[in-house]
Amino acid sequence: MFSYNLDHLKALESESIYILREVASLCERPVLLFSGGKDSIVASHLAKKAFFPAKIPFPFLHIDTGHNFPETIEFRDRWVKSMGVNLLIRSVQTSIDTGRVTEEKGLFASRNLLQTTTLLDAIKEFRFDAAIGGARRDEEKARAKERFFSHRDEFGQWDPKNQRPELWNLFNARKGPGQHFRIFPLSNWTELDIWKYIHQEKIEIPAIYYSHSRKVIERNGQFLALADFIPLAPNEIVEEKIVRFRTIGDMTCTGAIESPAASIEEIIAEIIAATTTERGTRHDDLRSESAMEDRKRQGYF
Amino acid sequence: MPHRSKIELLRFTTCGSVDDGKSTLIGRLLLDTRNILADQYDSLKATSDQRGLSEVDLSLLTDGLRAEREQGITIDVAYRFFSTNKRKFIIADTPGHIQYTRNMVTGASTANLALILIDARKGILEQTCRHAFIASLLRIPHIVVCINKMDLVDYDKAAYEKIVEEFGMFASRLDVQDVQFIPISAKYGDNVVMRSEKMKWYEGSTLMFHLENVHISGDLNHIDCRLPVQTTIRPRTDEYHDYRSIAGQISGGVFRKGDSVMVLPSGYKTKIKSIDTADGELEEAYAPMSIAMRLEDEFDIGRGDMIVRENNVPQIGQDLEMMVCWLNERALSPGNKYVIRHTTKESTCVIRDVRYKIDINTLRRNENDKVFIMNDIGRILIRTAQPLFYDSYRRNRNTGSIILIDEFTNETVGAGMII
Repeated sequence: MFSYNLDHLKALESESIYILREVASLCERPVLLFSGGKDSIVASHLAKKAFFPAKIPFPFLHIDTGHNFPETIEFRDRWVKSMGVNLLIRSVQTSIDTGRVTEEKGLFASRNLLQTTTLLDAIKEFRFDAAIGGARRDEEKARAKERFFSHRDEFGQWDPKNQRPELWNLFNARKGPGQHFRIFPLSNWTELDIWKYIHQEKIEIPAIYYSHSRKVIERNGQFLALADFIPLAPNEIVEEKIVRFRTIGDMTCTGAIESPAASIEEIIAEIIAATTTERGTRHDDLRSESAMEDRKRQGYF
Repeated sequence: MPHRSKIELLRFTTCGSVDDGKSTLIGRLLLDTRNILADQYDSLKATSDQRGLSEVDLSLLTDGLRAEREQGITIDVAYRFFSTNKRKFIIADTPGHIQYTRNMVTGASTANLALILIDARKGILEQTCRHAFIASLLRIPHIVVCINKMDLVDYDKAAYEKIVEEFGMFASRLDVQDVQFIPISAKYGDNVVMRSEKMKWYEGSTLMFHLENVHISGDLNHIDCRLPVQTTIRPRTDEYHDYRSIAGQISGGVFRKGDSVMVLPSGYKTKIKSIDTADGELEEAYAPMSIAMRLEDEFDIGRGDMIVRENNVPQIGQDLEMMVCWLNERALSPGNKYVIRHTTKESTCVIRDVRYKIDINTLRRNENDKVFIMNDIGRILIRTAQPLFYDSYRRNRNTGSIILIDEFTNETVGAGMII
């Protein structure tokens, strides 16, 4: 007898499409948080499939730290154009200029934390009631506790100890005034699922995920890309390396890995053989044991 | 042998307390399938060392919140992932203590399989019964009972058989379908991924073999056609000027192009013109696929409606008997009103009666106590403001489940399984 059983990528795809359609039905003003990284690319690809042949019924929002890789921004604009959606951009620089936040100083300065204020201000400005993100539960231990529909209070805060139970596929999107939801349709995907899906669906991704030659500096056992806004310590030397990025965040906090992987197949093979997790290249997560939980409580992505 | 390229998804739930070896078992599964990586292991080791532990504490892997690590207990459901060449696994790891019954129920709601751990030295405990009862109440299709710490009873066959028999006696009072027993030592890896050299008397499969091969394609209902309508898709573009489709995730049955279908609640009859996805049209579609369906005739169809087959309709009604698990500090009493969510439909309901509450350790019924506090389980009768189109939970977990929402706090307060 023919077996009515989906393969795992189809099952995950179906779950994500269901969630994206639920958001569009249950929430009045959703937005998709788009960074130009692989997870938000996959989330937007799924959104396109969920409403096909109609257009995606919500805009995209990019919180621009001003410290992005130029390749990511170039890709972002091209991708959004091909999707036919409206891209909103709110920048951390504006938050700094208007005195909403104060920039960190020193060698390890990052705008990672400052993004939260810019993001919450944008949610308030546009009165968004649901912000869809590409975060996955396998990324990090605080994320492993996330719901698909994750409630945020009027201060944008997450209360991890007091989350709503989420049963079957019945989502509760009811909320009080000024509150909103973060929606995580990729919760059950792993890094490998994402790459396999990108391969299967032939999804375009920014070139810096592939192996390339780049000027880098070694810091804390990782290679940081050379950029005007990254100050160098006196003893740091600029080297040319063959690298690629396993995740893409800000240039200030995303480490490159030495890799010859120049195709999706090679990237998949590399990940299968990897001995470290992808967040291991993220300085923002390595700050403390509960760095992610603390940021998320305050309203981070 | 055909080439195996299809990796299936299996969701399972584990429940347990600090010392029954649950974390060790999950750690063992992840380690032996190469799903814990060096930086994760180093981070666990550093934390364990700092606390003066002699061994790496694998529970640190699942206890993700600061409060959980500080108190050394699992509070919330944590999701873990690992995969082999055959299957991808999603583990809903839940705390086993009675005060976290609601989290066990949450983890069980989407599981294909429940993993129940028994300490070979201690045999069946109150907690074992609780877990087995929840697995049967939530109708998890497959149960695996791992009799753990066999190394501490000299890998003794008689000790294993005694527990199998005891569990069988208890399980006969429950409604469970497929139960497998496996003697293991999570600590040394016996019968987890590798066959045990010390228990040659055991002829069954290892835990991993079972997880990879248990037959799950029958877990979903492929008989009763149910498509709850999520939304309608209307592009209104030049290219798709008159395009209109009904989008949703199939809850049961197999829909085929050309099939005669009926729309609830209107009762309109029509045929399926096409089953659409972004990848093209499909000849047939089944649960849990998310699809869009075009119909031969144009009706007023919207969210909360349901597409079914004319000769196989769900029950339609406003008075529903159900088992409910209470999830909130604000108690349930007869007369209370709640928002009810069933498939894609939202309505209001009133609790008309509490039939009984059940003691989940002894399975005794109490018909006199009418108030549900957090973690209570029992049977209630409700009346909804609008008719629901439902099946019994036993027949279909998707069309037989509901949640109750407090209209004042907006919290999800109850989980119900329609009888």
